[in-house]
Amino acid sequence: MDSKIIQVNGLVKKYGDLTAVNGISFDVYKGEIFGLLGPNGAGKTTTLEIMETLRDKTSGEVLIDGLSVDKDQNLIKKIIGVQLQAAGYYPNLYLNELLELFAGLYNVDIDPAEILKLVDLNEKTRSKFKELSGGQKQRFSICTTIINNPKVIFLDEPTTGLDPQARRNLWELIRTIREKGTTVMLTTHYMDEAEILCDRVGIIDHGKILTIDTPDNLIDKLLHEGFERKKQIRSASLEDVFLNLTGHELRDE
Amino acid sequence: MRTEENKYSQLRAMLAITKASLRSIVRNSSAVVFNLIFPLIFIIVFGFISGGGFKIDIAVDENSDRENAVYKGLDSINTIKLMTDLKGDEIQSELEKGRIDAVINIQKNESGNITVILKTTKASPERGSIFRMMLNEVISKQNTALNSSGMPVTEIREEVVEGRKFKTIDFILPGQLGFSLLSAGVFGTAFIFISLRQTLVIKRFFATPVSKSFILIGESLSRLIFSIFSAVIIILIGNLFFGFTLVNGVITFLNMMVLSVIALSVFLGFGFVVSGIAKNESAVPSIANLITLPQFLLAGTFFPISNFPEWLQPVSRILPLTYLNEALRKISFEGASIFDVWYDILILLIWGVIVYAVAVKVFRWE
Repeated sequence: MDSKIIQVNGLVKKYGDLTAVNGISFDVYKGEIFGLLGPNGAGKTTTLEIMETLRDKTSGEVLIDGLSVDKDQNLIKKIIGVQLQAAGYYPNLYLNELLELFAGLYNVDIDPAEILKLVDLNEKTRSKFKELSGGQKQRFSICTTIINNPKVIFLDEPTTGLDPQARRNLWELIRTIREKGTTVMLTTHYMDEAEILCDRVGIIDHGKILTIDTPDNLIDKLLHEGFERKKQIRSASLEDVFLNLTGHELRDE
Repeated sequence: MRTEENKYSQLRAMLAITKASLRSIVRNSSAVVFNLIFPLIFIIVFGFISGGGFKIDIAVDENSDRENAVYKGLDSINTIKLMTDLKGDEIQSELEKGRIDAVINIQKNESGNITVILKTTKASPERGSIFRMMLNEVISKQNTALNSSGMPVTEIREEVVEGRKFKTIDFILPGQLGFSLLSAGVFGTAFIFISLRQTLVIKRFFATPVSKSFILIGESLSRLIFSIFSAVIIILIGNLFFGFTLVNGVITFLNMMVLSVIALSVFLGFGFVVSGIAKNESAVPSIANLITLPQFLLAGTFFPISNFPEWLQPVSRILPLTYLNEALRKISFEGASIFDVWYDILILLIWGVIVYAVAVKVFRWE
């Protein structure tokens, strides 16, 4: 199919005797939000970093927009945006200065204020990265991924460690980015997040893909097999209670 | 329209890194303290203490008689160093520069009368007059001893040579400048790369199209610019407030800058090595001190290495900082150009080759 923007075929990554990724294959289509789900240590980050050209693979094939990670690393880097699990920014620089830096790194001309506005940080232009809250740091991190107008962005556990308000705010941001035509590939170990945000998900464990489908289809399949929840399903969750009491308003600690 | 790929400029990306890194350094107070405040404190302290513990260097004229009581008397005084291997022309120029404090020529005639011809210099009036006092004492001892047995009298004839006055600051400032460049190169670079590695700033760079070598050059360039800026301030403060001598003014200053850039480039290599060896930030100081401290003490930063015991001097003669300090002093006080100090630069460059060869082996990106 022509609209495949990411093609992964039989990807293997070994660290000595340890096989972190054990022959996984999947495709991501243009314009979708694809989630790679799995417990810690399942091989999500390794897979992502190979796609981001940050890590060498042992074998298999990875194509980003038809470009191979073996040969076209530099071309790939120009059309992708990368958000790493841990932040990597000069702690002493103001946000607008950091954006200037990334504009230089990508050879693009930008208006830092305009980009910061997209991620709701326009009032933080003269703040240093180290002064931001967890949610703000993540939003800033995502904002550095869209500087070069990428075709795909990779987000590695973007909402880990955030409070419910900040998570919802980030979901909104990710949807906005997708609406502008950017494909989003993310990892998470929050199932509610994947269910709400992702068009399709792949579930990965011990370096292998267990299944790939839309969240709805996966749930339907499970129900077809006769699965029943032990606890009575109620039409509200504890998180709904929490948000009802504390509001959806974003907190900046 | 051509595709953007062809237009990507590594240089533009590199300069963006340099700018960001420079901003980060300037906002990091410990960098400012190390580069600027420390050397200035030393300069101020030593600027006010005039140099005790210096030897008095006396050249002995090649025609001088050395088999006489006066020569032996002088030779037995510890603080006087008699130098017998200098030729006439050298003696004159060394005397004018104040690198030697006086020249003596002792003549004995047939009747055994001794005449000491003493040449002192305005370049070193204090030590010249100290030496004159010592000489007088030696002679008067001889005269009393000899007079009782009715032997000839010794007389002194003195001549004063014009010369620039060599001040303590002229010795201390180049040493401090040299050491500041060394520690900036070693500590600064090591800390930058370790912290970039640990804060994952470098990893984020890797996800952008900039190449690794341009990341390295971009970061190093910011360190270089900051250190050279510190050097300018140190020299200016020394010159304006402490009378540091810049013989040919701006030309001398520019020669010092060129030399500083060369030396710093070599010292950055030490920083790369340290950042490669050190496991984390807390391991940096001990490894970096291992490189800087011996040079701080032995490379003629505070005292001329000729003051060290002879067995120690060959050690000093190996250290790169020794050659930077010497070359800086030759340029600033004697008006040498960057080409006149080619030998010192050669030794620095040899160190550079060695250090960068090691750096290539041990440097780690992750």
